[in-house]
Order: sequence, then C-alpha cells, then structure tokens
Amino acid sequence: MIQPQLLQFGSAIDQWPAFRRLRREMNRALTASPVTVEFPPINIWLGPEDAVLAVELPGVNPEKLELSIDGDIMRICGSRFVEEDKGVENYYRRERNYGSFTRVVQLPFAIEAAKVEATYEKGILQILLPRAEAEKPKKIAVKSK
Amino acid sequence: MEPKDKELPVVKQAAPAVTERRTTPKTFIPLVDIYETKDSFVLIADVPGVDDKSMEVTLEKNVLTIHGTVEPMECKDHDLSYTEYDMGNYHRSFILSGDIDRDKIEANVKDGVLHLTLPKTEKVKVKKITVH
Repeated sequence: MIQPQLLQFGSAIDQWPAFRRLRREMNRALTASPVTVEFPPINIWLGPEDAVLAVELPGVNPEKLELSIDGDIMRICGSRFVEEDKGVENYYRRERNYGSFTRVVQLPFAIEAAKVEATYEKGILQILLPRAEAEKPKKIAVKSK
Repeated sequence: MEPKDKELPVVKQAAPAVTERRTTPKTFIPLVDIYETKDSFVLIADVPGVDDKSMEVTLEKNVLTIHGTVEPMECKDHDLSYTEYDMGNYHRSFILSGDIDRDKIEANVKDGVLHLTLPKTEKVKVKKITVH
C-alpha cells in the first residue's frame, strides 16, 4: 500500500530525520564561513496540529522571559547576567554566554496564541505552539450526483 | 580582569569519548566559568537537560570529572524539522591543584547549571596578622 503522505512533492526524502541531519551537517562542513551560533539555540518539532520548540537556556529566571505571538511569528526575549556580589578575585575561565537576547521564529502556520504553553525545566524551555483553528486543513466532502 | 601570570589551579583536559552504551550518544564539553574568591574556587558549567540525579561528579586522585547524562527529547507524531543544538551527554575533566580541600567540595545543579564550590585549604587562605 502506498502511503498517501509519501506522494507529497519533496516529502519522500524527508522521512528520515537522520538523513536530514546528515545533510545539514554536510552543508555546515562545506560552508566556508563559520556558522554563527545563535544564543539560545532552538530545536523545532513540527506536527500536524502544533509545533514544539525546545530552547537550551540554562540558568535563567523563567519569570523574566518574555514570549509573544503575532500571527505565525513567535518572539522570545530574555537575559542572563553574571550573578552579583560573589566576591570574585580572579577569573580563570569565562566560556559561558551572558547578555540579553531576542530570538524570532516564524512557523509555517498561524499560532493560537491563547493556547500556547511554556514550561521551563532543567534549563530547557519547552514551548507548545498549537496551530490556529482557522488555519487547520479542512476536509471537503466530495459529492456525487 | 587580566589573567594573572601564575599557574592555573584548575586546568582543562580533553574529554574522552564515552563508549559504555550500545547506542553511543554524543558527548559534549560543557562551557564553564571558573573563578576564585577569597575562600574558594567556583566552577559553573552549563548543562541544559541535566538535573541533580543525572549529574555525576567524581574526584579521582587530582582529577575532577563531571559527567551529565541527558535523555534525548522526543516528540511523538512530530518531526524534528529544524535544529540548532544536538542532544547528548556532557563530560569534562579538570586537574586540581593541592590548594583545594577535597573533603569539602560541594556541588549542586539548578536550572541546567552545575555549581561546584572547591574550598581552599586553610594553609593557602590569606591570613590577617594583627600587628601589636
């Protein structure tokens, strides 16, 4: 039996996330300029009804994160600063990122802003972005005469 | 702050690959801050996805090793369509100098950040001598 989704244009090759990851890594390796790593890095899972975003954001106060939705665009702002008054006498390593950041993500569909859920656990922010009802694909019944 | 021209008490080492599992997950070297205060050295490492149960801190002779295990996130019926970070474990080792009181090392993990406090031994602490 042929899976109907396999017939979609260009989607057959996308069935294997591992393959896609390999392709992306190849592209990254072949690109001459170094890839700028944005902070914080984001992973996106897409489903038919919603999208799940995971943001690697260790050591921030979740209450100070700002999340806003505008149509199909999600914006996330926040900051991470050095904790004050630690009595630092000397730094030996400073590799972690500090400062304020803004990330904007555009999804392939409009987001139902009222149903967005965000949880922060173990330094990872997970955001559930449901697809707007009006945007969901509709089934059209075919009538025969 | 300018780094002082003296031997570092904590030195980075290359992280060995971890191959104990069948499906070998990737291993990353976590980014760290190391600083010195009056009484101790403090090591802060970014380990998103790790909590206090999945973090292992071991001290063998003078090598301090941190190892964090991450359960890769999966979404049912979803397709990972865009990635900027890879999921994997964290591993990094440090060589401690003799100036650290090994019995009093404290570690805690909160919000994916490991805090390690390595107290200085009494003999290296700056002592104030009262002048009579």
